[in-house]
Amino acid sequence: MVPSKKISLSEEKLKELGDNLARQISKKQNPSVKFPTRSLSNIKYNKQTKKLELGKSITERSFFNLGHSKKFLQTIEIASIIKKQLIETNKHEHLRGIFYIAKRTLPGTNINLVDDQTESDKIIEDLEVITGLSREELHVSANKMGSMVGSISLVDAGDLIDCSRLGRGGYSIPSITDELEFKKVEAKYILYTEKAAIFERLNEDKFWVKNNCILVTSQGQTTRGIRRLLQRLSEEQNLPIYVLCDGDIYGAYIYSVVKYGSIALAHASDRLTIPSVKYIGITMDDIINYDLKKHLIRLDEKDLARIKQISQYDWFKDNKAWQRQFKMMKEFHGKVEIQALATKGISFISETYLPNKIKNKDFLE
Amino acid sequence: MQTKLNEEKKEIEFAIEQAKKQREISISEFFTKNRHLLGFDNPLKALSTAIKEGVDNSLDACEDANIMPEILVELKQTTPERFLIIIDDNGPGIVKQQIPRIFGKLLYGSKFHKLSQSRGQQGIGISAAALYGQLTTGKPIIITSKIGKNNPAYYYELHLDTSKNEPEITKEEVVEWARDHGTRVEIEMEGKYQKGKRSVSEYMKYTAVANPHAKLTLVEPDGTRIEYPRATEVPPIKPKEIKPHPEGVELGNLINMLKSTESRTLQSFLTSDFSRIGPKTAKEICELANVSPNSRPSRIAKQEADNLFQSIKKTKFIAPPTDCLSPIGQEALEKSLRKEFDAEFYAATVRPAAVYRGNPFIIEAAVAYGGNLSKEEPAEIIRFANKVPLQYQQGACAITKSIMSTNWKPYGLHQSGGNTPIGPLVIVVHIASVWVPFTSESKESIAHYPELVKEIKLALQECGRYLSKYIKKHIQAKAERERINLFEKYIPELAASISKLSDTSKSELEDNLKIILTQQLKILNKEDGTIKED
Repeated sequence: MVPSKKISLSEEKLKELGDNLARQISKKQNPSVKFPTRSLSNIKYNKQTKKLELGKSITERSFFNLGHSKKFLQTIEIASIIKKQLIETNKHEHLRGIFYIAKRTLPGTNINLVDDQTESDKIIEDLEVITGLSREELHVSANKMGSMVGSISLVDAGDLIDCSRLGRGGYSIPSITDELEFKKVEAKYILYTEKAAIFERLNEDKFWVKNNCILVTSQGQTTRGIRRLLQRLSEEQNLPIYVLCDGDIYGAYIYSVVKYGSIALAHASDRLTIPSVKYIGITMDDIINYDLKKHLIRLDEKDLARIKQISQYDWFKDNKAWQRQFKMMKEFHGKVEIQALATKGISFISETYLPNKIKNKDFLE
Repeated sequence: MQTKLNEEKKEIEFAIEQAKKQREISISEFFTKNRHLLGFDNPLKALSTAIKEGVDNSLDACEDANIMPEILVELKQTTPERFLIIIDDNGPGIVKQQIPRIFGKLLYGSKFHKLSQSRGQQGIGISAAALYGQLTTGKPIIITSKIGKNNPAYYYELHLDTSKNEPEITKEEVVEWARDHGTRVEIEMEGKYQKGKRSVSEYMKYTAVANPHAKLTLVEPDGTRIEYPRATEVPPIKPKEIKPHPEGVELGNLINMLKSTESRTLQSFLTSDFSRIGPKTAKEICELANVSPNSRPSRIAKQEADNLFQSIKKTKFIAPPTDCLSPIGQEALEKSLRKEFDAEFYAATVRPAAVYRGNPFIIEAAVAYGGNLSKEEPAEIIRFANKVPLQYQQGACAITKSIMSTNWKPYGLHQSGGNTPIGPLVIVVHIASVWVPFTSESKESIAHYPELVKEIKLALQECGRYLSKYIKKHIQAKAERERINLFEKYIPELAASISKLSDTSKSELEDNLKIILTQQLKILNKEDGTIKED
């Protein structure tokens, strides 16, 4: 289902970019590209769709402008690298690899086209907005950082993979998950946790066998590959998704990125956000209910500032349940990790905590 | 009280008096003990001090005689520790009878007793150099001098009789000298020669800057000949001699003046020995001091002198005349700086005359910027007092302090805290005055009088403003060049990328982009091209 059509679309879009510039140049115009502004000021929360979106502000990047010219050159050169070296040859390259291909000294100068990877990474995000193609469609991948186990089988690059037979490590989620083909999905829901250690605990306890679910983990922030995979499972397989994070502001933000989208990738919200996800824990109420107060870690200035900032985001601002959580965070002046549940017994989480939560539909939204 | 200088001078006078009376402390002993006061504290400095004293004398003499100076300084190494210094000028020459006294007697000169802007002041310099030579090598000072076409040239070899402070002529003869007039001085002394900072060649270069009308030549011990040509054929304005202004007088001065005056009455003493005291003011001073205007000055008792001094202090006077000053001049200073420093921009300014403690003075300042001057070093500071470069004790000098306390950043220079600005910059400050307030007798740095500091800073700020105009223009032009350059470098790269994205030929894109560049530059110049992406 993947191949020829998508590739030609990507190629077409990039050619369109080149043709446009060639046309401007033949008309003796200052070559420029216009695209929605990606800075914070132009990120809006859409209450209807419950997604972060780009606003109406437009950035114009032109070549004959001293402030733009280098970025302009970076943009067009990276676009040509992607077209010639990746799409036309049907190969994929990591962000890091693109950086190395683009990192060269311009002849006759001491200027490097790009000096560090954050520059080329940003250009690739810009190119997504400029061409309307996703990074995946541009054949650019990132480090894979996640695993999946559970009652699901899928086809990845022609190989059939049964995720219930992958031992302790599980299926290693690739950076690009658009092309995965789901085969047999028996699970009833997905439990996604930010913590690989919790994933291992639950896998060892055969939680997913006993509860007929899928376990997914990342290492900290949820990568776009995982977000895309979760979104596809949610939409194509109609599976509810529960998010399990540390009981702190960073956990809340991980949940919010999965649900509403992120500022850096607001342009890709349609492909990445899952408005139906639910937050299973750790909540501030869990601290009381499971007597975790003595395991609280004191908040520092940075934590408090982040609580203040996140609680004021448009998508949290009017959410009473979450505002209550933020308030309790400040009152406790502390945070608690998922692992604190281990004090109740090593398998307390898989035998008591999670089953209770799911049975009682004790979720935050 | 006025300055440390006067105290030190008195010390020296006193010491010399003592030496005369008691015959126990010899002048050579005094000199050996106090050589640092006169700039002979080490072999390196001794050499440059001796040259400086000789060249200062030559320049002063030429100026007095309206001669455009041509001065040769030659150094020959005679032993590893000894050097023969030759200072040869085309000055007016010295009358035969005076030669032994000028070179062989300390504190003998024409400048100490008059108030006018001159390089030397105390008449101690060249004879001190001779004495130092004698003390370190035992060799006499050799002088050849000729005062006119039809006069013979006299050759002298002199020793200083240190117990009597009198010259001792060891050889005297008439020689042939193929020139109309001039003086040649040869002194052999212990010394050390080096190049670079505070060297003889630096002194010569700076002297050339301060004396654009002088033609200088230096022959270094290794035979290197450095020429410092004239920057101008116009001789400097000859400074007029003035009498002391009453505001600057001290009690001690006053007592000495009363003793040595030729005036018969106090009234005439006040009006003729001071500037800006008229008959009416003189009467008022006398009345206030309760002394008769008809008293004989030499009979004024100490108490009366004190009363007189107090009443002078209470009286207001017109500021002293300023025609006694001879600045280098804005144009000449700029020209000579241009000649001696390979920079891109030069500016000079002359402040109007001002007064501190009854002494008129003029501040001049100049800057040279860019070119081959070092970009990362602090600015080179050149200090002049009455056209003489000051090479030592830079940190203690009012000029340095004024430079450091001026904010150079608004003029486009780097400066951290209250330090010397950093950049390809030479800063010149000249103070011209009938009495320069040095912090010590070796005349190496200038005392911090608020009036001086204020004028120096005003002069520096004026130069700074000229400089900032240039720097801004310069930076703009540079940015413009860089901008064109950058786009020219980027165009082939961009053309290559676009041709890969679309099916357009690279050379066509490149040609068109070059055309667009010329069009866009006009627009960019207006916008300054610094619009940032949102």
